[in-house]
Amino acid sequence: MTRVIALLSGMIFAIGLGVAGMTQPSKVIGFLDLFGQWDPSLAFVMAGAIAIYMPVVRMVKERGRAVLTPHLQIPARQAIDRRLLTGAALFGVGWGLSGFCPGPAIVSLTTLAKPALVFGAAMLIGMGLHTLYQRTVAPR
Amino acid sequence: MTGPILATEFTPWASGLGGMMIGAAGALLLAFNGRIAGISGIMGGLLGGAPAGDRRWRLAFVAGLLLGGLFLGLVLPTAFETDPPLSWPALVVGGLIVGFGTRLGSGCTSGHGVCGLSRFSGRSLAATATFMVTGFITVYVVRHLAG
Repeated sequence: MTRVIALLSGMIFAIGLGVAGMTQPSKVIGFLDLFGQWDPSLAFVMAGAIAIYMPVVRMVKERGRAVLTPHLQIPARQAIDRRLLTGAALFGVGWGLSGFCPGPAIVSLTTLAKPALVFGAAMLIGMGLHTLYQRTVAPR
Repeated sequence: MTGPILATEFTPWASGLGGMMIGAAGALLLAFNGRIAGISGIMGGLLGGAPAGDRRWRLAFVAGLLLGGLFLGLVLPTAFETDPPLSWPALVVGGLIVGFGTRLGSGCTSGHGVCGLSRFSGRSLAATATFMVTGFITVYVVRHLAG
């Protein structure tokens, strides 16, 4: 059952990204182009998502469990460390260069368009390199 | 980046609606499975050797993303920009550092930007502010200084 929920969640997530305009790199770059012809649309994506998610996360935390499992796997770490900030900074640079973040990148693979395939492959390699880095250079 | 710089259309309604669907998808995963819908985290678990029992829901979620993508291709093909004005180096370098950076920073636009901000996580607020600022700076440099 948890797999059915995960599948459904992924589908709704993907369709939401498409409707929102997140699967169009030009639109994402337009949103990040504060000093050019700024397109603020994507701020509405974040606002819409948070408006729905925030009350639910509050309810679930109060209840202390999920419907299908007693375990809530919510990150507990609090430290704002160098790893967090370096990672986020790198991500922002890549996001600005390409207009793709991980969700839309995966969803766009289905078009089989070359830019999406190239970006997707590079992103998976980058994630794999991080796994390697974590195991060899900087184990947690 | 190559090609002309085109202004994109302001779409508050579609973007707000799409955002609500993203929020609903995340809410579903949290309320039923007790999991955070962070795409880089879900992918990272698959690539980083999560235990077998922890892989199936991740695979199912990614399968859902792909099915959703196929559905979009049929019903709303304009959702995709098949020929974005992006150079190959931008795609390759961008992909590598998006992949590495989101794993190093424990999250991306979904995990930090939506799920994390919604539960008032200080870490997610710091991460979101950071990737927004470096994103703004990158686009400024590429479009207005280098271009």
